[in-house]
Amino acid sequence: MKEILVLAEHRLGKLRDVTFEVLTKGRKLAQENNARLTAVVIGYDIDPLGEELAYYADEVLIYDDYKVKEFHSEYFRQVLSHIILDRKPEVILIPHTSYGLELAPSLAIELNIPIITDVLEISFENGRFVVIREYFGGKLKAKVTLRESPRYIATVRVGVSKSEKNESKGQVTKMQNLDLMDIPYKRVIGLIKPPPEAVDISSAGIIVAVGRGIGDAKNLPLIEELSKAIGGVIACSRPVVDMKWLPKERLVGLSGKVVKPKLYLAIGISGQFYHVYGMMNSELIIAINKDPNAPIFGVADYGIVEDLFKVVPQLISKIYGKMYGEENK
Amino acid sequence: MDIIVCVKSVPITTGAELIPDKARKDVILDNIPFDINEWDEYALEEAIRLKERFGGNVTVISVSSRDIDEAILKCLAKGADRAIKIVDKLVAEYDAYTIAKILYTVIKSMKYDLILCGAQAGDDGYALVGVMLASLLRIPYVTFVKRLELINGSLRTVRELEEGFEEIVEVELPALLTVQTGINEPRYASIMAIRKARQKEIITLDLKSINFAESNFDGWIEIREFFTPERRKKCIMLQGDLNEITTKVVEILRQKGILR
Repeated sequence: MKEILVLAEHRLGKLRDVTFEVLTKGRKLAQENNARLTAVVIGYDIDPLGEELAYYADEVLIYDDYKVKEFHSEYFRQVLSHIILDRKPEVILIPHTSYGLELAPSLAIELNIPIITDVLEISFENGRFVVIREYFGGKLKAKVTLRESPRYIATVRVGVSKSEKNESKGQVTKMQNLDLMDIPYKRVIGLIKPPPEAVDISSAGIIVAVGRGIGDAKNLPLIEELSKAIGGVIACSRPVVDMKWLPKERLVGLSGKVVKPKLYLAIGISGQFYHVYGMMNSELIIAINKDPNAPIFGVADYGIVEDLFKVVPQLISKIYGKMYGEENK
Repeated sequence: MDIIVCVKSVPITTGAELIPDKARKDVILDNIPFDINEWDEYALEEAIRLKERFGGNVTVISVSSRDIDEAILKCLAKGADRAIKIVDKLVAEYDAYTIAKILYTVIKSMKYDLILCGAQAGDDGYALVGVMLASLLRIPYVTFVKRLELINGSLRTVRELEEGFEEIVEVELPALLTVQTGINEPRYASIMAIRKARQKEIITLDLKSINFAESNFDGWIEIREFFTPERRKKCIMLQGDLNEITTKVVEILRQKGILR
């Protein structure tokens, strides 16, 4: 094997953490297969990013062009296609992000390269490209192989791998600008930054989080009472925001906040990865869920398989009982 | 505006213990209910709302190896005008590329202004089919759309990024959008409407009738083996009756200094 290519992701002049995670994953795969690891960074005025990336790869390719000053799938695809056809890497790794997923599947179709997404582990077994990924919201995993091909594309899950810097710097190569085809039918107008928020759940020491399992917004006061009893702040998983039961500033997960409180009490949350990503490093996680197979129990320290509407009221009265020094039975 | 919505019927696995079959290449789903994929519900709702504002037709298309009548009827009951189902036991459920190619084979000769897909499916979570289909059809696309607006014949979309960021992207029609959850509030289908939905047009196809040739079966994704994941942490399950459980929780909270 010759080369593994990793696409670096950046926003507002900074490389995103996932870039280093994917590069570290790429390096391991490169070492196992005697391949070189190359990072590609595409953007405008990005020389400093190239220098930073050099500590993570054997070579960094910088494509610096005003035309790609924003992430635009069509222009990025043209640049990446050119690089892939020119260098013929065996593996192309792309972050499993909103940008990555706007780009990777179309690159796969254009160049006829088999693709798999949201992978956790990557290896070659007897010459076959093999990955491990989750199915059914994390209830099962599978070992998956792609059809034999000269090259493969995989998007790599965010936030589950370490990133390790090399001691020495790799080579930095500035690419010549390409004659990119104009794309009048798709225009990237610009970025919208998150609005200022009334509550910042990421600084809370105790979080009481609710999910779809609370059934209805009218059940929120019960959870608020519990939260008040233990001095917590209310947060939630995605469906609760989608259904407009709570505002987006309360969202924990990939599209919301990452939190690390002393206590994370997860109530009626199944534990899909896009939520778990935001809370898995909490000091203490207690989960209440009716489903004994809910993936949330895979990250929790303590689990309660029960109807939350039975547990929560009793918990509230127990807590108040303790506070007033009663020994509750 | 004529809109096509690609819909998948997926197993609703909440509460279920999933077990791989003997060969471990599939999962036993016999006693598990199926429903419209959550993301597709939002895509369908968006299509119906556009139709209600601008007129036109909504066609639902679904590919499966299984019986999907229930999901199809629900889509029609909610307001889709007609449905095309491609059901064939030869359909490789876990191969996004095959599904995209089958959809392409059917859609390429159809007339449409807009195609809406869910951003991903709850069962495989690939997030591949929409963009693959757009790329095969060679039409512009935007993924993870959270808001959309029609301005002078172009679509202005807001797509979701991570950590609360969003991005504005405009595309010309015809285009394909993959829709993120939360874009709207999907309506419910009444039992009455589901009953009436049978009177709407349902076109039933299989791979043979669409000339999806054997030679097209060069799928990309092959499951070697399903298995039950190990837990990241050893979770201590609190046992006993409610009184015992809640007493233990209070004890733990006291030990950790959260309660005094």
